[in-house]
Amino acid sequence: MSFLDSKPGVPLLESDDLVRHYEVNRGLGKPNATVKALDGVSFTLESKKTLAVVGESGCGKSTLGRQLTLIEKPSAGQLKINGDAVGDLSDKDAKMFRRTVQMIFQNPYGSLNPRKKVGQILGEPVLLNMDHLGRKEREERVRDTMAKVGLRPEFYNRYPHMFSGGQRQRISIARALILEPKVIVADEPVSALDVSVQAQVLNLMMDLQEEMNVAYVFISHDLSVVRHIADDVMVMYLGRVAEKGPTEEIFAKPLHPYTRALLASAPKIDPTHRVKSEPLTGELPSPINPPSGCAFHKRCPFATEECAKVRPELRMFEGREVACHRVEEIA
Amino acid sequence: MTSQNTPSTAPEDAIDETMGKPPSPFMETWNYFRKNRGAYVGLIVIAIILFVAAFADVISPYDPILQDRTAFLKPPIWMDGADPRYILGTDAVGRDILSRLIHGAQLSVSIGVFVVIASMIAGIMLGVTAGYFRGWIEVGIMRLMDTMLALPSLIMAMAIVAILGPGLENAMLAIAIVQLPHYVRLSRASVVTELNKEYVIASQIAGAGHMRQMFINILPNCMAPLIVQGTLGISSAILDAAALGFLGLGAQPPLPEWGTMLAEAREFVGSAWWVITFPGLCILVTVLAFNLMGDGLRDALDPKMKR
Repeated sequence: MSFLDSKPGVPLLESDDLVRHYEVNRGLGKPNATVKALDGVSFTLESKKTLAVVGESGCGKSTLGRQLTLIEKPSAGQLKINGDAVGDLSDKDAKMFRRTVQMIFQNPYGSLNPRKKVGQILGEPVLLNMDHLGRKEREERVRDTMAKVGLRPEFYNRYPHMFSGGQRQRISIARALILEPKVIVADEPVSALDVSVQAQVLNLMMDLQEEMNVAYVFISHDLSVVRHIADDVMVMYLGRVAEKGPTEEIFAKPLHPYTRALLASAPKIDPTHRVKSEPLTGELPSPINPPSGCAFHKRCPFATEECAKVRPELRMFEGREVACHRVEEIA
Repeated sequence: MTSQNTPSTAPEDAIDETMGKPPSPFMETWNYFRKNRGAYVGLIVIAIILFVAAFADVISPYDPILQDRTAFLKPPIWMDGADPRYILGTDAVGRDILSRLIHGAQLSVSIGVFVVIASMIAGIMLGVTAGYFRGWIEVGIMRLMDTMLALPSLIMAMAIVAILGPGLENAMLAIAIVQLPHYVRLSRASVVTELNKEYVIASQIAGAGHMRQMFINILPNCMAPLIVQGTLGISSAILDAAALGFLGLGAQPPLPEWGTMLAEAREFVGSAWWVITFPGLCILVTVLAFNLMGDGLRDALDPKMKR
């Protein structure tokens, strides 16, 4: 039995208190500073579900993506797949794990090697991971995947610079899907595209989720996109989870003051849908020197003295998890 | 980018028809290159030199080391007292200067090409390793290269030849070593830039190993500046080889290397100008042609210079 077989009652992907700190050299004579890009993030992802990770720039969304795809090793905490910790895997199994977690990138102009043809770009993961396939079978697999994402067969021999942003993102999606992964980390996959193309790409991703039984970790700052695609939402602030719960509930009634502010800052056409809250003021604090207590207290309209002293932990409230001392009063 | 101006209502696949077939990267570069007159002239001159070098044995009227004891220091044919058999005159021991220049082209071109190829291969290996792995490997390689750059190139080449002994092969090796830091620095800088691009991370997630990342994925994207540096490097290699030859450390007589010819003709500067002028002109024209072509290539390959 392989670690890749799903077990009943065990989530597909589980992040257990994941921490990633970066050491920053501040120059001669000064001690190195620690950037707490990710400071204890836990979540679970069931197969075929979509978890959206939202937050301002610099809140650790992309760092989380880098940990999930094993590009970087977390400083502490564990990543589990079907209940098995990834850190304990042998090299061979780690390679298998990589196959099961693939990634779609934000910038379709940087994520495709400009010197390689589409066929080569898509063939690389197959070549590296399925060495039992011959050249013919490999090409067949690439062409099948291209058809799945709506790329025409004659694109096989073209270079990335001949394509539009939307088509490039389709190539990127095809590359992520070609190994039939279980989880795809999508780091702002549509934020670089025109709005009309965004919808096409999002619909394609949702269709493929049905067809290929893949779960998405969808990193985004665009709340309307998140609402469209996600089953669960995780709001991050300064490397920690502020609120986590089902998409419908969070959008209907945001509990954490930060979630409220985020939703309030998103433009809405219908005035009755506007969330009544102060829009965010001020900048995201530096993760080198985060505020004491609740990291959000300096920008929070509800902050009390307790908020400045004691760090709130995530706790269950009305069917979701919130990290706020005053959630009962605010709600 | 060509693809941003699509109507929002059209389905995405329609883009391809309206776009037409974009020119291949090679044709695009060639079109830009051709517009640069100097570079074009340089390319033609280089083509002529390569032709002459390739067919030296057929073209040259005489054997380059054959001495005619009846014709010492004969001037070119348009001057008084010329020997009509020798178009550009003869040198102090009666050898035909034209034949020696033609065979010299063979030597100079092979010096330039060999030096650049050797230096480029070693430089790319070191530079890509330094840029890809960073850390102490990079510090080690780059500080060594900085040390080499701190010494004047010709002095260092002389020192290396002095250790290895004079001769054309050793001179070429010395020049290759002297040119090494340029390629190392250039390839390291390009690799560092490319390393942060997402396609590298994408290949890493796909499971690409270090060797594949360095030489199959990253290196092809770093080649443009290296090609330019290589063309310019050919000219400085020819110049350095001529300088070493002039100092008696490079090609040894009777090899018709242009720098060595200059050295042999030193004592006749006042009395027989042609003996020293023609080899000097050959060096000048060849180096200039390679420089012009290198400049043109740089402009054609640099995306920022394109309109």
